[in-house]
Amino acid sequence: MENNLIISPSPHIHSGDTVSKNMYGVLIALLPALLVSLYYFGLGALIVTAVSIASCILFEYLIQKILFKQQPSISDGSAILTGLLLAFNLPSNLPVWIIIIGALAAIGIGKMSFGGLGNNIFNPALVGRVFLLISFPAQMTTWPIPGNLPMTYTDGQTGATVLSLLNEGVKNLPSYTDMFLGKMGGSLGEVSAVALLIGFVFLLIRKIITWHIPVSIIVTTFLFTGIMHWVNPTEYAHPLVHVLSGGLLLGAIFMATDYVTSPMSKNGMVVFGIGIGLLTSVIRLFGAYPEGMSFAILIMNALTPLINIYFKPKHFGGK
Amino acid sequence: MLRTFRIGGIHPPENKLSARKKIVRLPIPKQVIIPLSQHIGAPAQAIVKKGDLVKAGTLIAKAGGFVSANIHSSVSGKINKVDTTIDASGYKRAAIFIDVDGDEWEESIDRSDELIKDCFLSAKEIIDKIAAAGIVGLGGATFPTQVKLTPPPGNKAEILIINAVECEPYLTSDHILMLEKGKEILVGVTLLMKAIDVKKAVIGIENNKPDAIKQMQTLAASFPGIEIMPLKVQYPQGGEKQLIDAVIRKQVKSGALPISAGTVVQNVGTAFAVYEAVQKNKPLFERIVTVTGKQLANPSNFLVRVGTPIKELIEAAGGVPENTGKIIGGGPMMGKALINADVPMSKGSSGILLLTKEESIRKPVQNCIRCAKCVNVCPMGLNPTLLMNATEFQNWDLAEANYIVDCIECGSCSYTCPANRPLLDYIRLGKGKVTGIIRARKS
Repeated sequence: MENNLIISPSPHIHSGDTVSKNMYGVLIALLPALLVSLYYFGLGALIVTAVSIASCILFEYLIQKILFKQQPSISDGSAILTGLLLAFNLPSNLPVWIIIIGALAAIGIGKMSFGGLGNNIFNPALVGRVFLLISFPAQMTTWPIPGNLPMTYTDGQTGATVLSLLNEGVKNLPSYTDMFLGKMGGSLGEVSAVALLIGFVFLLIRKIITWHIPVSIIVTTFLFTGIMHWVNPTEYAHPLVHVLSGGLLLGAIFMATDYVTSPMSKNGMVVFGIGIGLLTSVIRLFGAYPEGMSFAILIMNALTPLINIYFKPKHFGGK
Repeated sequence: MLRTFRIGGIHPPENKLSARKKIVRLPIPKQVIIPLSQHIGAPAQAIVKKGDLVKAGTLIAKAGGFVSANIHSSVSGKINKVDTTIDASGYKRAAIFIDVDGDEWEESIDRSDELIKDCFLSAKEIIDKIAAAGIVGLGGATFPTQVKLTPPPGNKAEILIINAVECEPYLTSDHILMLEKGKEILVGVTLLMKAIDVKKAVIGIENNKPDAIKQMQTLAASFPGIEIMPLKVQYPQGGEKQLIDAVIRKQVKSGALPISAGTVVQNVGTAFAVYEAVQKNKPLFERIVTVTGKQLANPSNFLVRVGTPIKELIEAAGGVPENTGKIIGGGPMMGKALINADVPMSKGSSGILLLTKEESIRKPVQNCIRCAKCVNVCPMGLNPTLLMNATEFQNWDLAEANYIVDCIECGSCSYTCPANRPLLDYIRLGKGKVTGIIRARKS
């Protein structure tokens, strides 16, 4: 026995936290939103989600196995998460072959080209979404209208999203209740504010994320669009419309908080969030695209290394 | 709301298996091995030679410098040899081997249990007695106590803080000491207050020891100027800077001493040792040691003579369990893994912890996912993953600019990391390197 003692420096105990526990925690937090989208978008939502997750896992596996020649680490849950988040950013009537291209862009370009989990600069799911948005603008902006468990896929009836309605002026918007519950057109995971907020509370309780990024994004967007609404209520929508519509909550809670691509210090996170809120508002109110959340997050992803340099954690006894 | 320190912190499972186990006097072994480096600073110089006869309490090694401490024999018997031994640090160091014969103490030591409350000595006389008794910080850092009580000229403490936090999981020696020797501790605190000329002392105790808090509050009523402060349980509250922040809401600046915030911090076990030294003329040659572990038959708190091989302690607690993977001197967060059970216990040994094989093996290291959990838990407000990277790439300027030398090596970062990254291993390495570079630049 004496000779078999293990010698290593302190600490000698570990919290038991793992990368995959965090990834699966986020997946659990996304379940309410998934259930809501299955209810409103039915079969289409199921197909898009399944294809997106399956192809993300497959591409990650193949790239690690064949190109990197390393032990595939798909069990850590990060590829599943990327797949689910990508699906959440797509309309539920998107053809399978486009989804597969999106998954290849997300995993191949967004994640593995930088060296895999932990090394990527941009949020992989958003890389996939923006790639598709630019390549297939028509298919990416036709939205099925929500039903009750519809059994339609690419053949469903389509309509506009709240934000595209806004681009044509403030009229014919769904009620706040419908927007809060998710009964509106849009990408399949972004529609229900209440489901996303339930996920947010879960993430906070499990200490998977902190409040800093989501709250600063939401508050900034609310204030900026609120000021514009106050100045000119006929042209600019109420700030609550902006917070509840489009990908704002999905992006703020689940995409901007991606560990790898967001700043590390609390004050850096707040700066990051304010930047996303401002950029999103500016693109939505003054830009050509009705929605600006994904561009805003990607731009701030690019600034994250800089934010990490200038905004350090509060140093004990510090200056 | 209970106070605690304001940056970072973790709450590992407490596992205080030996809590409230009465102090048991461990039988004296056949031979003790007394290391000459039991404190921070210069080793003590042996003043005995082979064949000399000593009693418990006989001075056997003199302080080897300003920052150093006297060492006394913990037993009566004959000096076997002055040689080297592998101590808790894992290095071979000078030590005095004594063959035990009976248990005779120096006549000057008062062995009665009677409490002596009054003291008519001056501050200087108290400090001299503390120095003569070889007292060092018993919380684990083992800084010679008389040095801490002699602040640099121009500095004056306003408050004495007593560290009774015992924030390391498993350890219970301070807890049981407060339950059994509360009055003696309070007299010791009074002596320390007199030594640094302050009117106020605060004893910080974490709230997971409600019985100790209650007992000390009751006893402290008859000791003017001593306040008992319950603290929220949070590791590493026993860190000197963290405790000062928790108790008096002041953050000691980088590189500065606690005296700059007007305070001196002493461990509760040290206060008890000060009582024994000043009021009972007893040098520091025995202490309370927690022996613990989930597989151990009988986790215990022992009163042990300095120099007792730790295998004797483990035997008395039920023997080494079958699947032991690690023997740790100290607690699980900051303790040192020992290379065998022959290592002697020293003044700074607060506990012996046995971990199972499963508990001892680290999980495979994965890529950093930049989750910032290490940043959130760092009690010094550092960025551990940045410091690890700086060390890995030997970018010492970057490490220094991000305060690597402020790291207190509490291990909260490595404990928390979901990717099992050995953050503290690297930071400790980088800290040593940068400290050397700074020292070279100054000279």
